[in-house]
Amino acid sequence: MTTRLQTVRRVSWAVVCKDLRIEWNSKVLLNQVAPFSLVVMIMFAFALDNEGILQRVAPGLLWLATLFSMLIIVQRSFAVETADGALDALRVAGTEPLGIFIGKSLALMVQLFALELMLLAVALVLYTVEPTATGYAETFATMVVATVGLGFVGTLYGGLGAGARGRETLLPLLLLPAVAPVLIGATRATEAAFESGGAQSSQGWPWIGLLAVFAGVFGAVGALAFGPMIEE
Amino acid sequence: METVVELRGVVAVLSSFPALAGIDLAVHRGEIVLLHGPNGAGKTSVLRVCAGLLPIERGEGSVMGVNLRTQRESVRERVGLLGHSNGLYLELTVAQNVAFWASAVGASAQEVALAMQQMKIDGRLTNVKASQLSAGQRRRCALASLMVRRASLWLLDEPHAGLDQEGRDELDAILRTAVMSGATVILASHETQRSRSLATRVITVDGGLISGSES
Repeated sequence: MTTRLQTVRRVSWAVVCKDLRIEWNSKVLLNQVAPFSLVVMIMFAFALDNEGILQRVAPGLLWLATLFSMLIIVQRSFAVETADGALDALRVAGTEPLGIFIGKSLALMVQLFALELMLLAVALVLYTVEPTATGYAETFATMVVATVGLGFVGTLYGGLGAGARGRETLLPLLLLPAVAPVLIGATRATEAAFESGGAQSSQGWPWIGLLAVFAGVFGAVGALAFGPMIEE
Repeated sequence: METVVELRGVVAVLSSFPALAGIDLAVHRGEIVLLHGPNGAGKTSVLRVCAGLLPIERGEGSVMGVNLRTQRESVRERVGLLGHSNGLYLELTVAQNVAFWASAVGASAQEVALAMQQMKIDGRLTNVKASQLSAGQRRRCALASLMVRRASLWLLDEPHAGLDQEGRDELDAILRTAVMSGATVILASHETQRSRSLATRVITVDGGLISGSES
C-alpha cells in the first residue's frame, strides 16, 4: 500500500522535474532573468561609482539583485501553472499539495542557486571583493541556507498570488517584506565572509544559523499552508 | 448494478448564488450520461460537485461510496475532470505533458505510450510543444493525460469542443472503450445531437434542477 510519504516523494519528484524541464525548454532563466540580474549589478556599479563604497556594500547589492530576480522567477513559476489551468488540474486530480509545494520549492531553489553563483562571480569581478578560502566556504553556506528559505517563502507567496487578480503587482508587495529577514541575515553573513566594512569572518556563522531557522520556519509554514491556500 | 454517483436533494452555492437547487441523480457503473441544458443551468456545477470541488450545502451525495459532504477531497484521486481549460503546460511537449501526469500518479511508460497512441498524439506530435498545438490536439493531449491517471469516473465538460469530425469520432470511441473497461462517464454538452448517440442516458438540467431524463 502506498503511504502518504511515498506519494509526497513521487509528486515532488514529478513537479521538480517538470519545472526544470519547462525552464530547459524555454530558457527564460538563461535568456531573461540572468541578463536582468546582470544589468542590475552593473547599474549598482554605475550608481555607486567608487571602489571603496562598492566593496563595502557588495554583499547587500548581491542579495538585492538576487531578490529582484527571484520575483521574476516566482512569477514565472506560477504563470506556467495558471496559463492553461494546470494548477487547477493538479488540485482537481487530488495531487498531494505537500508534494507540489516541495517540488516547486526545490525547482525554485535550483534556479536561484544557479543565479546566485553567477551573481557572486559578477560581484567578485565588478566590485573587486576578494574573500579568503574560509570566506568562500562561508559564502557558499550562506547561499545554501538563504536559497532554501527563499525557495520555500517564494513558493508559498507565489501560490498565494497565483489565482489573484493583479498578481504581477501583488507578489512583490507581499513577498518583499516577507523575505526581509533573509535579506538582512544573508547580507550580514556575506559581509562577514567578504570581511567588508571591518567585519570578521567568524561573525557570519550566527547569521547563517539564523538563516537556517528562517528556512525551517518558512518550510514548515509552507507545508501546512500551501494546500488550503491553493484550495481557496 | 453498482451506483457510482448518488445525489439526493443536493444544493450547492456559487458566490451566494444557488447553482444547484436540490438535484437528485443516480449514475451506475458503465453508463455514459449526457447532461444538457441552457447556459447557467447547472451542468458544470453537477460535474464539480461530483469531482469534490464544489461543497454540498444541503442534501446528501456520494461518489464511489465516498461521502461528498465529509470527505469530498478523497474522491478526487478517483475521478478525472476535464473542464473548459486543458490543464496543460504550454512550454512542455506533448510527451512531456503526459509523462508528467504519469509520474505524478506512478503510471508506467507503457501506459503513457498506450494513451498517446489511443489519442493519436504519438508520432509527429510527440515532441511538439503544447503551445504549438491546435485546440483539438490540445484536447487530445489533455484526454491522454486523463487516461494515464486511471480515473474510474470521467467528468467531461464540453469534451467535443475544438475537435474536428475525426477527433470527435475518436473521442467517442475512446469513451466507449473506457466504459467497457469499467469506467463511468458523465459529460456536459451543448451539442446534444452529437452526444445523444454516445450517451446511454440523457438528463436535462435547468435552473439548478433536473427537469427530464430519457434513456
